[in-house]
Amino acid sequence: MTVLLAATAAGLFGIGTYLVLQRKLSRIIIGIALLSHGANVLMVGSGRRGRAPIVGSGDAESLADPLPQALALTSIVISFGVTALLLALAYRSWLLTSDDEVQDDLEDERIAHRGAPDDDLAGSDELAEIEGDPTGEEVEP
Amino acid sequence: MIVLLLAHLVAGLGLVAVGGRAGRRAVLVGALAPAATLAWLALQAGRVLDGEVVSESLAWVPELGLDVDLRLDGFAALFVALVSGIGVLVFLYAGRYLRAGGEGQGRLLGLLVLFSGSMLGLVLADDLVVLFGFWELTSLTSFLLIGNDHTSARARTAALQALLVTGAGGLAMLGGFVLIGQATGGGTYRLSEVLASPPGGTPVTVGLVLVLVGAFTKSAQYPFHSWLPGAMVAPTPVSAYLHSATMVKAGVYLIGRFAPAFTGVWVWRPLVVGVGLVTMLCAGLRALRQHDLKLILAYGTISQLGFMVVMFGLGTAETVVDACELVLAHALFKAALFMVVGIVDRQAGSRDIRLLRRPGPGWGPTLAVLLVSAGSMAGFPLLFGFVAKEDAFAGLEPGSFAYAGLVLAPIVAASMLTVAYSLRLVWGVLGRDGDGLDTTAARTAAPPATSPSTTAPAGSGPAPAPRASFLAPAAVLAGLTLLFGAVPALIDGVISAAGESLTAAAEPVHLAVWHGWNLPLLLSALVLGGGAVLFMARRAVDRVLALGHHLPSGGQGYLAVLRTLNVVADRTTAVVQTGSLPVYAGVILTTAALLTTGALVLGDGWPGWPTLVGSAGHVAVCVALLVTAGAAAAVRRRFSAALLLGATGYAMAGLFVVQGGADLALTQVAIETLTTVLFVLVLRRLPDRFERRSGPAVRFVRLVAALSVAVMVFTVALTAGGNRVAEPVSSEMVERSLPDAGGRNVVNVILVDFRGLDTMSEITVLAAAAIGSVALARAGRRPRSSGAPERVPPPAPEGRRLERLVVIDVAVRLVFSAVIVGSIYLLFVGHNQPGGGFVGGIVAGAAVALRYVAGGIDDVRNLSRAHAWTVLGAGLLLAALTVLAPVVLGAAPLESTVLETDLPLLGHLKVTTALPFDVGVYLVVLGLLLMVFESFGDDPHLVTTPVDADEVEGPAESRPEAPVEVRAS
Repeated sequence: MTVLLAATAAGLFGIGTYLVLQRKLSRIIIGIALLSHGANVLMVGSGRRGRAPIVGSGDAESLADPLPQALALTSIVISFGVTALLLALAYRSWLLTSDDEVQDDLEDERIAHRGAPDDDLAGSDELAEIEGDPTGEEVEP
Repeated sequence: MIVLLLAHLVAGLGLVAVGGRAGRRAVLVGALAPAATLAWLALQAGRVLDGEVVSESLAWVPELGLDVDLRLDGFAALFVALVSGIGVLVFLYAGRYLRAGGEGQGRLLGLLVLFSGSMLGLVLADDLVVLFGFWELTSLTSFLLIGNDHTSARARTAALQALLVTGAGGLAMLGGFVLIGQATGGGTYRLSEVLASPPGGTPVTVGLVLVLVGAFTKSAQYPFHSWLPGAMVAPTPVSAYLHSATMVKAGVYLIGRFAPAFTGVWVWRPLVVGVGLVTMLCAGLRALRQHDLKLILAYGTISQLGFMVVMFGLGTAETVVDACELVLAHALFKAALFMVVGIVDRQAGSRDIRLLRRPGPGWGPTLAVLLVSAGSMAGFPLLFGFVAKEDAFAGLEPGSFAYAGLVLAPIVAASMLTVAYSLRLVWGVLGRDGDGLDTTAARTAAPPATSPSTTAPAGSGPAPAPRASFLAPAAVLAGLTLLFGAVPALIDGVISAAGESLTAAAEPVHLAVWHGWNLPLLLSALVLGGGAVLFMARRAVDRVLALGHHLPSGGQGYLAVLRTLNVVADRTTAVVQTGSLPVYAGVILTTAALLTTGALVLGDGWPGWPTLVGSAGHVAVCVALLVTAGAAAAVRRRFSAALLLGATGYAMAGLFVVQGGADLALTQVAIETLTTVLFVLVLRRLPDRFERRSGPAVRFVRLVAALSVAVMVFTVALTAGGNRVAEPVSSEMVERSLPDAGGRNVVNVILVDFRGLDTMSEITVLAAAAIGSVALARAGRRPRSSGAPERVPPPAPEGRRLERLVVIDVAVRLVFSAVIVGSIYLLFVGHNQPGGGFVGGIVAGAAVALRYVAGGIDDVRNLSRAHAWTVLGAGLLLAALTVLAPVVLGAAPLESTVLETDLPLLGHLKVTTALPFDVGVYLVVLGLLLMVFESFGDDPHLVTTPVDADEVEGPAESRPEAPVEVRAS
């Protein structure tokens, strides 16, 4: 891992994070794609560089580290699957709202403004009445 | 003992299940378990009275040292007698009280049995954790019993209040138990061992306070008392059993157990005695203002419980023994009184003292039981209550311990209140003539907590007298009150054994009615006289007490606590759960970044700066990566952003080449092309530009979060990269690739062989993503034939016609075949050269993309009769079978073998068994891509219409000869 690769990965992560924190789903998708690029840079950069790891193409010392490459390979394919799923989400959002804005949760907004209903306290006032002093006057037998 | 507990469990659950159909017999079944317990107790009585201990143990969680330890000593025996004895009587009483075949009766009786078992376990438990378990079981059964009439909102609320208060107290108690148990030397939770050598220190003091909170909530002590009056909505047998005679005494029981050992802790006496005295006085005053007979009794119970708490809490040898007498006396008279009130309620249809008429002939025995029991409550001579109260006064005589007088005076005052509300109770039951009935007052007041009968209207002639069998259980209790009151020496042994098992300092007691002319006798006379005066002057007293109406009640306090909790929960939710994805993601990412960076910078893992730059090639690709990524983030058009992201992907491929990853570069290029196609498919529908919405402050916050993540990644990368201690495992993989797996391409061998199981799960994830995206894109789309009004497509505008050129069509078909063959080649050589299932599948997908671009989704669908999901599923199945096949043959999953054959024409062929697995991967990836085109390629707003000769009226030379599709938007 050279300083250059670390800085590149950091840069990709930073830009990806900046995009992920936005509200447009297309930007979030691009941000996530950049995050996975950053992760791949980290993985590949952590291994030794060299010739393509094909046995017989050179002596073992000169081959690149194959394990991070195998990991990065699956990571590339998986992030394609993730991108496809997120794009489907954007597509659905467009079908429903003609936009790809990630909206705030309406239920949460309602609770923030008005509070949850106090269903569990229904009938409690009656209870306080039983428990409290009755106000009726005394009667003689 | 364990057998008895299990018997309660089985009988209880059985009654809950089928008791409703058993009718009257259910009552007898219910009484069986407590009756068996009584019989067992009688067998053990001799040994227990001699001071022996009967114990039993069952390993529960031996790893944690948790055992079900049960222990029967004198004190436990007293409670077992109460729980089971009164239990039997309550069942007999319930048989008459409940109307035959009423709804929920099987459940009620079953729950009563379960409660009886829980209470039995509580008093027998010798392990603090087990005790806690039974404690909470009694709370739960109490909750269910109070809320048995679940159609009534009042019952539900009262049940909830009881559960919340006693449950919260129980949790506090558990915390206390843990503190105390951990403070003992060996961390023992055995009650008897803890009490034998009590630990000390601040944790124990805190633990004791927590245990006391639990005891106070359970025994309805101020300020936690308000659930008990509410619990009076339960049917009267439940009130008689749980809320007067047994369950509410659990707290008293615990204080009695703990007091002798912990009375020296500074916080114990002030807290216990203070709370008990306040409870005794306040509840006694409240009782004087109640009109509902059950509420008079409920407040009386709270007050009496306060008395017992004081007596046990003092913890001297004498007061502890006196408290045992009080427990017995109270259980006898209070259960009987509840039963009598239930009888009045049943027969007269009301228990409001303003509505009750003077009972007619035939009520004599009932009134006798009432007088005996109320007299015992008031402390009338020759009744057992008198004996107990006399002994209590004697135990509190000034000089018997420090500040004894300070305790004695409030108790005498509170006892006067007891006399006054006992008289009020009797006066209320005796009722008045028809003229004296104050129906208006009763109507304005709250209705009785629960009135089991609405059929017998109050005020229409004298109520019918109860049957003898209805009264019998209460009569038995009153008889015992009389017997023990007249000949108290009968229970010398029981009380002595109970006292001696609590504290070794207790001496054998000799109960007597007459102790000579002494201070307690004087006080008894004073109490009786004072109480009578209070009752006679009730109009004046009531005016004074009415002032107390303005004081906040415990019920209001409970409501205030609940409302505050709700408000706090709302406010917290409003702050913590904003519902905004950017806020959540920002908080999570920034927190992770700052914590990680902080730990790495403050720790000593910094390895120093590594090589600055690898090679010139690195510099070029890294600059390209960062520039394209930055541009993708900065541009304001969606298409430009997608294309720049593609450029970043190609730059990644460049980095892989520089780094020596041939497979990676191949895959990256193919996948980046497909990603770009995918983006175009979706983005063509979305607005062209991102509109700028967020202000500078928001962007600044975003920037800070992004920077902190970048710094974290940079630090992690350098620290992790420079701290490698072990030899990379991959060098061994390189060595063993050819001999073990028969492949030269180590990356591919790792994917399909060494780490094949990982790949298996990864393609499963891919399949899930493919299914998910198809579902998202196509959900809600209706088949055309559903009868719903169809959207009529607008007529095709002239400029939007899409036509296919034969040249392109043919060219694409040729290229398509070539690319597919190439992808299959990549698949087969992958084991030895760059390639493999992933790359092959993606290249095949790229070929499909070509067909799509040329001919639309229909052309893709016509490629094969197999559906996209068939390809996907077949690939997944093939891969899974390859993983599992060696297992069937007795080898490890995915174990590979090399097959070599000489075929005519093709020559020497060497195949490993990993190949089918790679074919599976190929099919899954291809299936994923087909699914993606299926998702986004099909446009619901674009409708393919058959060619209409009149419509296609373009210039003659541009008219195609091949079949034409006209797509209208």
